[in-house]
Amino acid sequence: MSFFGFGQSVDVDILLNDADSRRRAEHKTEDGKKDKYFLFYDGETVSGKVSLALKNPNKRLEHQGIKVEFIGQIELYYDRGNHHEFVSLVKDLARPGEVTQSQAFDFEFTHVEKPYESYTGQNVKLRYFLRATISRRLNDVVKEMDIVVHTLSTYPELNSSIKMEVGIEDCLHIEFEYNKSKYHLKDVIVGKIYFLLVRIKIKHMEIDIIKRETTGTGPNVYHENDTIAKYEIMDGAPVRGESIPIRLFLAGYELTPTMRDINKKFSVRYYLNLVLIDDEERRYFKQQEVVLWRKGDIVRKSMSHQAAIASQRFEGTTPLGEARTPGPLSDSGNRQCSEKMDKTTTEESAGMDETFALQRRKCA
Amino acid sequence: MSDTAVADTRRLNSKPQDLTDAYGPPSNFLEIDIFNPQTVGVGRARFTTYEVRMRTNLPIFKLKESCVRRRYSDFEWLKNELERDSKIVVPPLPGKALKRQLPFRGDEGIFEESFIEERRQGLEQFINKIAGHPLAQNERCLHMFLQEEAIDRNYVPGKVHALASHCVSGCAAAKLPVVSLPST
Repeated sequence: MSFFGFGQSVDVDILLNDADSRRRAEHKTEDGKKDKYFLFYDGETVSGKVSLALKNPNKRLEHQGIKVEFIGQIELYYDRGNHHEFVSLVKDLARPGEVTQSQAFDFEFTHVEKPYESYTGQNVKLRYFLRATISRRLNDVVKEMDIVVHTLSTYPELNSSIKMEVGIEDCLHIEFEYNKSKYHLKDVIVGKIYFLLVRIKIKHMEIDIIKRETTGTGPNVYHENDTIAKYEIMDGAPVRGESIPIRLFLAGYELTPTMRDINKKFSVRYYLNLVLIDDEERRYFKQQEVVLWRKGDIVRKSMSHQAAIASQRFEGTTPLGEARTPGPLSDSGNRQCSEKMDKTTTEESAGMDETFALQRRKCA
Repeated sequence: MSDTAVADTRRLNSKPQDLTDAYGPPSNFLEIDIFNPQTVGVGRARFTTYEVRMRTNLPIFKLKESCVRRRYSDFEWLKNELERDSKIVVPPLPGKALKRQLPFRGDEGIFEESFIEERRQGLEQFINKIAGHPLAQNERCLHMFLQEEAIDRNYVPGKVHALASHCVSGCAAAKLPVVSLPST
């Protein structure tokens, strides 16, 4: 397989019919660069042309067939050889023969299912692309064009607030509240921290957004934690009865929707991590999952009819279940102990810094 | 579907704070001072003791004020007990300064004023860091170190539980009254 390889005699290009009207979206590539790609939604038709331009008009191009494919695949970085294709459509454009002059072949993939959002992460990539192939005896001529897919949801019917009393027995008791459990990507997290008992010397408090990418199954599960945001919400020592407000605008951060068990290959989940730091740099934290979802934009006249339908489609995210997890919440890897405290080291703690999980005290 | 132009970012309602909570003493008062180093004994048998004074309103401590004299090896004992029994990462002590204990030094060795001051500071940092640690606060060894006149090295290690009632210095259960400073 060669991409404009050695002694290529033909230029292949893939062009979309609605290239002028279709929106583009920015998407990060594997090496961190941002590029713009045509944006599609689930159910939209993908139609266009594959154009062949002979470099030497006098030279004929012999081939074993020309086809175009629409592919959606998941690629795990530690297992690059195996691509997991969850969407694979093909259209044959020409039977084996000759191409004597530059020409274009029309194609249309009607109402293509695109069940997942495009995602480029630390250990896994999910992408959609068109691939045009001119089969030849020695080496095929291949041209790929990536597109980006967004999955849209609408305002969830059930979106309860998260309210919990947590702490360390006899040392620190707080009640935290977040106004929702499901936030869209341009939403605002509004909440508060209420101090019930403060017997330690707190220096400051921050809230972090943590993205956890999980790949693999069974015994080979791997979590990659990434702190997307750190936002200080309090500087100084609080006393009992004080209420600290939280207002965190999500639009300023690079976030994706929550992706759960995509094709049984990976998950991307988000957590709010509330961290209190005392004057000896000890850290006390409470992590809470929040569901992020992508809201459809206001329908514009320039959008294609199908995109308009897609953005209004009432496709909710998979039901979350209880916003509050029952029982004492612990991260994987915590040492469960019957003592009043649970000590755990997370990515946060470095060197001698000690980190403690705040345990749930009672249902608020 | 119509879109609200601006998200609702108004603060969540909260209870107004009680004024006695707002202006009263905080519940986390804990101060330990190490001062007044004194060298006792003669010749080879000399050693330095430091006064360890604690003031607190934390209910876990029986005495709200206590004052004891401790020497460096007592701090070492406490460090070892905590490393063995508690789950905390015990902070480092100031150095043992073995070199200073060798003969034929030009100065006073471990009884040099500047060294004693350096050590005093290190011990103060050490004890404050430990006493404020939620996982160390219920260790018997810490309470004995801070609030009992003498350290009983044959004690039974274990955990202390907070008293239900607040006990100011001189409570009946304590046969360990506040130790007054010996006059020099």
